[in-house]
Amino acid sequence: MNQDWGYGINKDRQIDFDRNDRRLAEYIRKYVPSYKLCISCGACTATCSTANLTDFYNIRRLNIFLMRGEIDEIAKHIDKCMFCGKCELVCPRGVNTRQVILIMKEGIKKIKQNEQL
Amino acid sequence: MNSFDIFVLPFAIGLYTLLIVFFAKVFDWIKHLPVGDRRKIGRGIRSRKLFGVVKEIFLESLIHRRIFKVNPLLGYMHMSLAFGWFLLIVLGAAESKIYGRDLLNTPWDPIFFKYFKHDTNEFHSAFFNFTMDFLLLFVLSGVFLAYLKRIYARLFGLKKTTKHIFFDRLAIISLWLIFPLRLLAESLTSGIYHNGGFLTDGLGSFLAGFMPVGHLEYTAWWLYSLSVGAFFVALPYSRYMHIPTEILLIAMRRFGIKTTTTFTNFSQIEVYSCPRCGICIDKCQMTSALGNEKPASVYFLNTIRAQKVKPGLSFDCMICGRCEQYCPVGISLMNHRLVQRNKLISNGYNFQFLKNGIPEKARIAYYAGCMTHLTPSIEKAMIKILEKAGTDFVFIDKDGGACCGRPMMLSGNFEGAEKLIEFNRNNILKSCADILVTSCAICYKVFKSNYDLPLKVLHHSEFILELVKSGKININKSGLRAVYHDPCELGRGSKVYEEPRELLSHALELVSTGYDRENALCCGGSLGNIMLGYEEKNKINAAVWKEMMVNDPEMLVTACPLCKKTFNKNAPVPVRDIAEIIADAVQISPVKPNHQLAPEQIAG
Repeated sequence: MNQDWGYGINKDRQIDFDRNDRRLAEYIRKYVPSYKLCISCGACTATCSTANLTDFYNIRRLNIFLMRGEIDEIAKHIDKCMFCGKCELVCPRGVNTRQVILIMKEGIKKIKQNEQL
Repeated sequence: MNSFDIFVLPFAIGLYTLLIVFFAKVFDWIKHLPVGDRRKIGRGIRSRKLFGVVKEIFLESLIHRRIFKVNPLLGYMHMSLAFGWFLLIVLGAAESKIYGRDLLNTPWDPIFFKYFKHDTNEFHSAFFNFTMDFLLLFVLSGVFLAYLKRIYARLFGLKKTTKHIFFDRLAIISLWLIFPLRLLAESLTSGIYHNGGFLTDGLGSFLAGFMPVGHLEYTAWWLYSLSVGAFFVALPYSRYMHIPTEILLIAMRRFGIKTTTTFTNFSQIEVYSCPRCGICIDKCQMTSALGNEKPASVYFLNTIRAQKVKPGLSFDCMICGRCEQYCPVGISLMNHRLVQRNKLISNGYNFQFLKNGIPEKARIAYYAGCMTHLTPSIEKAMIKILEKAGTDFVFIDKDGGACCGRPMMLSGNFEGAEKLIEFNRNNILKSCADILVTSCAICYKVFKSNYDLPLKVLHHSEFILELVKSGKININKSGLRAVYHDPCELGRGSKVYEEPRELLSHALELVSTGYDRENALCCGGSLGNIMLGYEEKNKINAAVWKEMMVNDPEMLVTACPLCKKTFNKNAPVPVRDIAEIIADAVQISPVKPNHQLAPEQIAG
């Protein structure tokens, strides 16, 4: 069984924070206030059903992408979520993770259609 | 008989407007109905189902049986208005037709009958005068109760009543005036000509004592006609549209038409059938525990009808099914919520990573479900029971596995759920099991309703009960007093109420709460509501605990891992799953080792 806890070091590369696309992150902060409570502890990822079955996807990594504004990366993986809600139950900070995923999906759809977030 | 005066016009215009608007709508609905549904209507009309339709229309649209079940006084109010008015129309039509000896008289003949007919010498007049007055009194009692309900709704078992939109107000005010004005008009006429029954003649004679009835009569009939006309004009745009639409709904539902995953014209008919009675507001825990009335189904259907559905509102519902349980019209409220969600979200999914393994073959397939994996004590208890009973079983999702698809469905993503269902279904079928047992109420619901499995699906409470009944395990009874909480998906969702109770009664003593079976509360942990945050869910749960503790139980037992987890947060007494209770109460070595059971021995 592959247990990727999301603590593996991400690949070395340069991230230009001046060009950081914060649209999606701000969008989520606006609609899911509890998202601000996240401390990236990784409990969600440890319990994630999809993370258990895939090499890459996990909700904590999505969070990192979100902060870095790598929206394309999120769009590539977000649809793997099965919406089971285990992450929400184990979250020690009470983040409404399912709503985060839903709003993320909605935001990405809007960005793809060049709509204002 | 001369039966025309200019004052019949408001009534006539109102009636014809109503008929034109309504039938134009019906024509449009039927025309754009999915082909399959139209065929069902065609077949249904020619079948015996038609008798059932007539019976249900009588019982629900006229007698309002389902409202009687919610509150008898509320039921009486609706019955007197609907059934009373119906009888007034039927008898009034009969009276005018018999008197005028004309079968095809105008629609206003019966309405303004008393104004035009003054002699009361006909042999049937006494009967009609009495009956019509009696019926008018019957309807007026309902109108009086309707006034009273505005002032003191609690008398009718309602804590909150619906907030009306403009057309509702217009319609309700004219409706409230119709019958008192009819009484007034008929009484004034009777004060002059003495052509009324006990009520109108009595009141008429009384009024004639001190009023110029001759001068007032004409005005009263004008007002009566205006009020009926106004009601008819407002009706198609107000909640009273449910009166004609519900008849259509009952027929179509009886013919087997449903709202499933898309919004069809049948769904539209359901939306128009909502009478906005507000019974769902009180039943909704979002209202009772959080004080938030907005998500209540009545307002949600309002937004669908006005085509102004907001994402926030459609996702802010726990899909617990309490509103649907008590809806007097029987609208599939939960489906409506999910269908709107489906319209709103991007339905992407990407489950290519799911690879079917080759599970071991066994007679019984045990599927724990995601939530059971988060509550390992239930899983352990189940394994213990399965082993104790010596069953031949395979643990399908031992290493986690994929989600059953129900949460995806609850989020409105039916397409994604379909993929998960397909994956899990293959896994289950590959195990060649005869019985599928799950310890998660959420999984059970979707297995039962959407998997279409050619094997017996049992919730662990049903399965263990079978084991106990067939003597495969014996359990000790303790004197512990416990309360059983019906999980939404198992109770209202799958109608499993008695099996868990019967099973528990073997092991402990059950005490009741005011919220058992169909009336059970949602624990608050719902996967259906995507908007609720941690604190709000906790608040709902705390409110539920208060109701659970009324009879001082020593323990709370539930049959859903998610309920267990949610209840644990605010627990004043221990919370346990039904499997844990049984696993602890199992007597040591009741069966021979290595004794393998055939499934028919375990479950019929």
